[in-house]
Amino acid sequence: MATGDMMTGAEMVLRALADQGVEHVFGYPGGAVLPIYDEIFQQEKVKHILVRHEQGATHAAEGYARSTGKCGVVLVTSGPGATNAVTGLTDALMDSIPLVCLTGQVPTHLIGNDAFQECDTVGITRPCTKHNYLVKDVNDLARILHEAFYVATHGRPGPVVVDIPKDVQFATGKYVGPKNIEHKTYRPKVKPDQNAIRAAVELIATAKRPLLYTGGGVINSGPTASKLLRDFVAMTNIPLTSTLMGLGAYPASGKNWLGMLGMHGTYEANMAMHDCDVMICVGARFDDRITGRINAFSPGSKKIHIDIDPSSINKTVRVDIPVVGDVAHALDDMIRVWKSKSQALDKKALEVWWKQIEGWKTRDCLKYRANADVIMPQYAIQRLYELTRGKDVYITTEVGQHQMWAAQFFKFEEPNRWMTSGGLGTMGYGLPSSVGVQVAHPKSLVIDIAGDASVLMTMQEMSTAAQYRLPVKIFIINNQYMGMVRQWQQLLHGNRLSESYSEALPDFVKLAEAYGCVGMRAQKPGELDDKIREMIAIPHPVIFDCRVANLANCFPMIPSGKAHNEMLMGEDVPDEDVGSAIDAKGKMLV
Amino acid sequence: MKPHLPSSGSAYFLDTAKAATETHALAVIVDNEPGVLARVIGLFAGRGYNIESLTVSETQHEAHVSRITIVTTGTPNVIEQIKHQLERMVPVHSVADLTVLGNALTRELAMVKVAGQGEKRVEALRLAEAFRARVIDAGTTSFIFEITGKTDKVEQFISLMVPLGLVEVARTGVAGISRGTEGMKI
Repeated sequence: MATGDMMTGAEMVLRALADQGVEHVFGYPGGAVLPIYDEIFQQEKVKHILVRHEQGATHAAEGYARSTGKCGVVLVTSGPGATNAVTGLTDALMDSIPLVCLTGQVPTHLIGNDAFQECDTVGITRPCTKHNYLVKDVNDLARILHEAFYVATHGRPGPVVVDIPKDVQFATGKYVGPKNIEHKTYRPKVKPDQNAIRAAVELIATAKRPLLYTGGGVINSGPTASKLLRDFVAMTNIPLTSTLMGLGAYPASGKNWLGMLGMHGTYEANMAMHDCDVMICVGARFDDRITGRINAFSPGSKKIHIDIDPSSINKTVRVDIPVVGDVAHALDDMIRVWKSKSQALDKKALEVWWKQIEGWKTRDCLKYRANADVIMPQYAIQRLYELTRGKDVYITTEVGQHQMWAAQFFKFEEPNRWMTSGGLGTMGYGLPSSVGVQVAHPKSLVIDIAGDASVLMTMQEMSTAAQYRLPVKIFIINNQYMGMVRQWQQLLHGNRLSESYSEALPDFVKLAEAYGCVGMRAQKPGELDDKIREMIAIPHPVIFDCRVANLANCFPMIPSGKAHNEMLMGEDVPDEDVGSAIDAKGKMLV
Repeated sequence: MKPHLPSSGSAYFLDTAKAATETHALAVIVDNEPGVLARVIGLFAGRGYNIESLTVSETQHEAHVSRITIVTTGTPNVIEQIKHQLERMVPVHSVADLTVLGNALTRELAMVKVAGQGEKRVEALRLAEAFRARVIDAGTTSFIFEITGKTDKVEQFISLMVPLGLVEVARTGVAGISRGTEGMKI
């Protein structure tokens, strides 16, 4: 069919997806999207992955998007289909993941009538999407679909909902192709202001204790941004730390890597944040998990902030030089200006700074008490890392202690290899996300480092993994607790472990088998390596029940309300003293 | 800021009251598409910003472009943040802080119903003349005045009408525009 052809709304949807280069859609059918599903049935270009719950569809699409750099696509029905997708949409908004979510809607003449499976989808999703549309005329549909992809992927990426009433899916209208369709007014600024770039370069050149603080924006900007970041670090020898979302942009094996920063970041990264004199924030947003106590946040530094979203600048922390634009463009410009002016840092000062950092490193902040009888959770992740090293591996996580341990102990060398729910902190993200990653990378090793509580929230997606023969590995760090909840209860609530113990957990091995997958269990450190190797070799979905020390806690930790240089270290807090480690003021905070 | 909680210095309890709050009028040019006003209002509600006054109307019918004037209060930081948050919304074309521009004009219109007889009625009419309020409806025992002007003038007129038999007020909220030859980017 040539551009400009007449077709039904449902045909347009599939045509637009194909024209946008979409290969996979994650979805779940229902009454209000049946015309679209009928079209899916009659074509080959777009493959539909049937999930088991709409939340799973959104997280799978997020994993797909995050691991490929492409836009994830979700298709759900009206009413409960749309409301179930809300968690994933919010997650994608918080972590700036490009998604297009198509929702069915009751026919236009029934909208507002409290019809069966009707909900105000655009109303409900307005605050949890970057933008959303209700399509009332089939002749607008093609344009809106293309516009949705444009909006989702340009500027700061985010989720876009297109709500399509059933009568619009049946109606016939004119299709227009994606060429030249952008939003009529939305033009995010990509190229940074050159004066700001020059000012930034000049400020960096004067630094004695410079530090790069990078975030998810580097990943979102694409592989070029990661490469430029590495070039810039190699040129300047500036130490670098990253947020949870930014892991992999700079290789963990790189000599300038200080580890993750923030609440559960490394001692050296947080101390360097506190003591630096020039901070270069690249694609990060001074989240409260990063800054700790805001009025004690890096008190002696001048700050440069590169961000594509002007509203991120000066939101919580005042910065001296804002650079609004895409990370790759900004780094490219900075490198060019740096070279053209033959700028150089004060070598002596930098040496002193590095010496100080090396001193902090000797604190060995991630060390934990090894145990010969029980598997320490940190050890499990270390072994998982060592035994998958050099392989083509993608990691997703749920949310909680295991997530922080994964961030601390799994080393990422490349961007787009690490999928985690950072902003929203959605328990249950990892399993469906791994499904999405595996769909995008069928030959790769995809592991969800999971917690026993989180994983049960979206466990039903094992059925999806089984159906599509997606050999995801669900590696459960099983301590029978909601570990992070318990850790906070220990620290803040007098060790009263209110409802944080998971009684009656399922037998994960049998659960795996019930789904037609493979179940495994490791209980002793001695058997861990062999079992992990076995897991990797299995060409089917696996649930790996790794029974770990139940009461291990995640350190180092900046307690809420404290500054970067007031970290709690593991050895400072024996289990019996855990309750007195945070003062009354800190207890108020989340 | 939750006043009953101690100030801890965390981002959650940033003592925003320390910096003086200011009142600013923002002009926002938007696509006049369904839900656009809900988006703008939702932003204010969701992020805890104040709306003192809000007016909206389509100003260019062919282009389906509307102009929203919002009067809001906050610290300079918050006002700056509001402006950026508005600017990043997809259907928003541009945002101008009329208060920062300094030379902007702001006006609002009020319809004021006053009922009374005798001396009070004469006094109301006399004040209306002094304020250049127009009588747009008159009965033997009531007037409706139309008054246009800056907010403080309208406020003052209304407060003067209270003892003279004020019944009801309808106000449009503030509309604003900058002086000079330049217009806002559409």
